[in-house]
Amino acid sequence: MRKNELWQLILVHFRELLREPGVLFWGIGFPILMAWGLGIAFTGNKETRKDIAIVNYTPGGSLSNYMAEHASKEKDKSGKEIFVFTINDPVFGKNIFRLMPVDSVTATLGVKRGIFELMIDNSNDSTVFHLDPANSEARLLQLQIATVLDKNHSDKSFSEIKTVPLEVKGTRYIDFLVPGLLAMNVMMACLWGMSWTIIERRKGNMLRRMVVTPVHRRNILMGLMTARITMNFVEALLLMIFAWIYFDTAIQGSIAALLLVFVAGNIAFTGIAILISSRTANTEIGNGIINFVNMPMMILSGIFFSYHNFPEWSLPVIQALPLTMLADSMRSIINEGAGILAVLDKTIILTLTGVVTFVVGLKMFKWY
Amino acid sequence: MDNNILIQAKGLYKHFKNVKAVNGIDFSLSKGEYVALLGPNGAGKTTLVEMIEGIRTPDKGEILVKGHPLSEIKSALYNLLGISFQETRFLEKVTVEETIRLFASFYHQPDEKSERVMTLTGLNEKRKSYTKNLSGGQRQRLALAISLLNDPEILILDEPTTGLDPTARREIWDILLKLKEGKNTSLILTTHYMEEATQLCDRIVIMDKGLFLAEGTFDELLKRMNLHDSATFSVEGDVPESLLSGENGLKLEWDAEARRGWCEMKNVATEMPRLFSLLEKNNLTLTDFEHKRPTLDDLFLIMTGRRLTEETD
Repeated sequence: MRKNELWQLILVHFRELLREPGVLFWGIGFPILMAWGLGIAFTGNKETRKDIAIVNYTPGGSLSNYMAEHASKEKDKSGKEIFVFTINDPVFGKNIFRLMPVDSVTATLGVKRGIFELMIDNSNDSTVFHLDPANSEARLLQLQIATVLDKNHSDKSFSEIKTVPLEVKGTRYIDFLVPGLLAMNVMMACLWGMSWTIIERRKGNMLRRMVVTPVHRRNILMGLMTARITMNFVEALLLMIFAWIYFDTAIQGSIAALLLVFVAGNIAFTGIAILISSRTANTEIGNGIINFVNMPMMILSGIFFSYHNFPEWSLPVIQALPLTMLADSMRSIINEGAGILAVLDKTIILTLTGVVTFVVGLKMFKWY
Repeated sequence: MDNNILIQAKGLYKHFKNVKAVNGIDFSLSKGEYVALLGPNGAGKTTLVEMIEGIRTPDKGEILVKGHPLSEIKSALYNLLGISFQETRFLEKVTVEETIRLFASFYHQPDEKSERVMTLTGLNEKRKSYTKNLSGGQRQRLALAISLLNDPEILILDEPTTGLDPTARREIWDILLKLKEGKNTSLILTTHYMEEATQLCDRIVIMDKGLFLAEGTFDELLKRMNLHDSATFSVEGDVPESLLSGENGLKLEWDAEARRGWCEMKNVATEMPRLFSLLEKNNLTLTDFEHKRPTLDDLFLIMTGRRLTEETD
């Protein structure tokens, strides 16, 4: 056995792995921590909550009467009356469906932000479902709601409901998706493009070689940042042009505001990229650290699906993540027609995040 | 303060977890001087030069550059120094010319300067090549070209020819010898090739286990250790005992088992003919003869019991 070449080859790889504690942590510890963290956060109590908007609500109509009889009445945050169906299922756990009579502006905004995936038009006592057929979550929700409404309803009239696709620009799933992808690309490009480059250059002595000249160290990083941000801008522009031509998406708000938010997001993520790559020269550890920053935001920040379905308590945390801030700001400008003022607070926070992480990263930066 | 002294280091110590890399060293470098730090791998050469380069802080001791403590003149230091590390991975898909111009911009040097170092290091033909496509020798010449961009007063090269074939090594030596003619540059060179040290440097410092064992010119070092030329030879038959007494003015030894003789030659011009005539007089026909000059490796062997090419434990 000891002389077997395959055995020896396997052995040396294990030795190498086990003798690099950083690699061990990021390879084994980190995924376990991730699983634990996300598991606790999102699978602990089997409770899902879905919000459905009711527009043109007709009090005293058949839907209204039905809900008054079978749903429990609650007040939402602003004190308005909402109807809650709670279905306890031994397998699926607790499912809460909250039907909220709102005006159509609020409903549309909710759809754009991913708070609602489904709208019910109740005008003239009708029950017409509005959703994007391309959004599988919304389709599933429609089926669930139809079932809930029919459960105690003898003539099953709710399941013969008409469905109308959402076609207003900004309410489609693709409209939700594009700003998210733009934001995600900024993060990915900075973390992989910059952090990785820095770690590789440190490993190959290139950083060290550069700083034994009269060069300003700050400029080495600024150069990298500027090149990255410019590339990110070109990438974003191409993606938007593609989405405009192919999906007919449009920017409804201020282009200046969009540019500002985009730059702020880039500053934030280039700063973060420098901070996380400030010490290590080991690409495997770098890989772990990048994922540590990257993954939670990928999952939580509502890039592909709205984060509003995550538990209530987690929302403030999620909304404080830089990727969430960037994606939400870009969505509000592109889909909701927001201007500079509406995103100013997030722009400032993102910029500050970038400046602080850059300064701290530069302070602890290992050049050799 | 002697104006000719560029670097003066006193009582330098640098210990790592398991190694006393530099363990009490005094070192100085004068204007125009070429100094070799010669020693096997692990002798502490790199640690020493890294402290002079300002990228490692000594545990103890002081380094003065032109009379100023190193820590106080860091920004000015890098205008004085030209540095080449043992290995630098330049940006792979950037050409030789672009790489040199990048570094030239750090010194605010015009393009003509980049052209000049490229010519000096023979990289003109390779100017459009990506650095990842360069051979080992070309890569070292690129590193050298970059270290020359600021016309450094002090050039510090850490094993510039390790791993290169003899031709590539010779090319680097030629560049350095040409530079030496200008007399404007001092050189600190680390190497474990004794030939490189002797060919290039005026002063050789022999290092082992974090200490300087000896320093001086090549001849001084050999003289100090009482090392002389010698000859080994074989003859038909045996050299009789009577010839080994030293009465004939030759220090002669005969290994009967290996059937090989040895003769010390403090002065080759007189002792070699004397040996030949002695052998002829005694009807001993030479079958083999070899004249040996002592080398730094012999010197190192005497001082440490190991060869230069052996690793330090």
